[in-house]
Amino acid sequence: MKPVLRPAIDGLLILVLVFLFTSALLLLVDTSPVEAYGHLLRGSFGSWSKFSRVLNVWVPLTLCSMGLLYAFRAGLWNIGVEGQMVLGAIGATAVLNGGLGSDTPLLWLGLALLAGMLLGALWALLAGWLKVWGGVHEIFTGLGLNFVAVGLVLWLIFGPWKRPGIASMSGTQPFPRELWFPTLEGWRVSPFAIGLALLVVLLSLWLLQRSRFGLELKAVGQNPRAVPLYGLSPVRYMLIAITLSGALAGLAGTLQVSGVYHRLIPAISSGYGYLGLLVVMLANFRLLPIPFIALFFAALNVGSIQLPMMMQLDSSLSGVIQGACVLSALLVFGLRRLQRRSP
Amino acid sequence: MSRILLRFALLVLLTGAVTSFAAGKELVFGMLLVGPYNDHGWSQAHYEGGRYLERKIPGARMIYIDKVNPADRPGVTVPMVVDDLVDKGATLIVANSDDMKDGIREAALQHPEVKFVHISGDDVLTGKAPENLSNLMGRMVYGKMMAGFTAALKSRSGRIAYLGPLINDETRRLAVAAWLGARYAWTEVLGKPADQLRFKVSWIGFWFNIPGVTADPNQVVRNFFDSGYDVVLSGIDTTEAIVVAQQKRLEGQDVFALPYDYVGSCQTAPEACLGVPYFNWGPEYVKLARSVLDGTWKQRWIWAGPDWKDINDPDTSAVGFLPGPALDVVNKERLQAFITGLGDGSIQLFRGPLDYQDGTPFLKAGEIADDKKIWYMQQLLKGMEGPSK
Repeated sequence: MKPVLRPAIDGLLILVLVFLFTSALLLLVDTSPVEAYGHLLRGSFGSWSKFSRVLNVWVPLTLCSMGLLYAFRAGLWNIGVEGQMVLGAIGATAVLNGGLGSDTPLLWLGLALLAGMLLGALWALLAGWLKVWGGVHEIFTGLGLNFVAVGLVLWLIFGPWKRPGIASMSGTQPFPRELWFPTLEGWRVSPFAIGLALLVVLLSLWLLQRSRFGLELKAVGQNPRAVPLYGLSPVRYMLIAITLSGALAGLAGTLQVSGVYHRLIPAISSGYGYLGLLVVMLANFRLLPIPFIALFFAALNVGSIQLPMMMQLDSSLSGVIQGACVLSALLVFGLRRLQRRSP
Repeated sequence: MSRILLRFALLVLLTGAVTSFAAGKELVFGMLLVGPYNDHGWSQAHYEGGRYLERKIPGARMIYIDKVNPADRPGVTVPMVVDDLVDKGATLIVANSDDMKDGIREAALQHPEVKFVHISGDDVLTGKAPENLSNLMGRMVYGKMMAGFTAALKSRSGRIAYLGPLINDETRRLAVAAWLGARYAWTEVLGKPADQLRFKVSWIGFWFNIPGVTADPNQVVRNFFDSGYDVVLSGIDTTEAIVVAQQKRLEGQDVFALPYDYVGSCQTAPEACLGVPYFNWGPEYVKLARSVLDGTWKQRWIWAGPDWKDINDPDTSAVGFLPGPALDVVNKERLQAFITGLGDGSIQLFRGPLDYQDGTPFLKAGEIADDKKIWYMQQLLKGMEGPSK
């Protein structure tokens, strides 16, 4: 078989498995799968306004997934991506609070981006340091730091940044329109955000696939014990990778604040960090499929809101489909490995 | 030939007129619920109100989406859902949570041709609302007075607890009303000294339980009962208070609770339920929908009260109180007298002297609070326990 064809066939196989599984599930609860898929499709691609909502999810999801890819390349499981996103959101909110009433809102938005990336990166670096010098596995520090991040955001929303007079789960006081990421008439997503996400995809494509750095990162990830023989420091590469990972998550968090919610809310990450992990796994840790899988997942997230509205079905079906995708993928990839081993 | 064309043109015009007439009669009514539509509380009361509207206005159809909050539906925002409802033809959209204030204002600006109602909000009062956004709330202070009144009649220890959501003007207002009702029953009906009545407010942090984020209402209510409080008033959207009270009764404790929001919520745990102050949104929804249909919509801030002729009339009263199975006949009669007094104005609980918790005056002696003073309740009142902010 041609090597190009194989991923395509695998992809198709995964989709068929998911389709069968989900349809069986829907039939089991006496629901028409055709109707459900129709609603999912129309709810996500049915109009420009809906598709722009999909892009609104696609941007942070792609950024998180790209970030995760850097960590995976270095052999790290950056579970802390959720917390890094939250810290990015906190950094952005802090800067935008400073920009209230300023004559140069764009400057403050730019600063917010930098602050978000910086805080996300530092939060990730903390997990990296603990891994490298503390010997704590990054999965545990990542999970721990996620909890700390959520605690921090709740404290800020109910404490120092609470609305005048009222502390509320609704989050902080919304920012004035000047401090929203600029968008166009009829758009529900900022073109800048889309541009940023595309830029990150292209840069990563070059950095990970074409540059020397990418090659070395891969070497570190695949065999950290061997690389010192070539004069490479695995520690350095791991720290760089997880820092980049955190910076991208922080960027995603910033966009959630300035482009989507226009304020800081307790659930600011919307779970995109964890969803990003699924995206990257489904992409089999390769870069090119990531933007497309992220688009598919984003469409499921947005389209699934139709299910409770039109069919009184629970919208968690989208989560079921996403999970089924990853499980089927693991199954297919696993079978392929077995196939290779037994000629 | 020209006659045929003319006839054809007439036919087209006629069909056009008929369809547009029919279209004018149809009303798609969108509803954003913060909790589950069957929560036996706040959201279900709205859901039933929407169904009531469908029954009363032929051609009206509700499209609802429940659990619209960032914890249950991450990434789903209010403007996003509204875009979709508008695509589906909604011309009147209700957002049922205080939590949706910013989102619904943004959506109203994006869709000036659609009419919006934000429940419990005050954007119209503060001038932040665009012309197509109104506010609606029921005068639940009366319902809470009745709830507090009933609680005090049944409390043997004189220790009443209030399970509060988060702290804001609305929740302080309602907790204060409940305390005023309780104090009236304790001193005026039972003739006991005021200082023997304790009224404690605990806030869980949100309108319903979000594990890991809010305090667990089950735990809070259990703590109340375990520390000597024998009646709990619920101020949250869901029914934990009566459910726990029922459990405690099965364990042999003589305790009661009063749920909130939804007329049918006593059914969850009847033996423990003294009664429920509830909202009846249907009649106001019908008025709002009619105003959209006949083009008389005007931005308004509506604070709809009970119909004192019969506070439980489903067609006229926006707020009611339904005595529960656990309330005995004697106390039902006392409650009825209290309701009559509230209705004819002979009982006026928002009358000074009343002080805020920190000692600053809320109402001078003899002063009666106006709507704004009650709406924007700054603190709990002196005599109540629990944080004001």
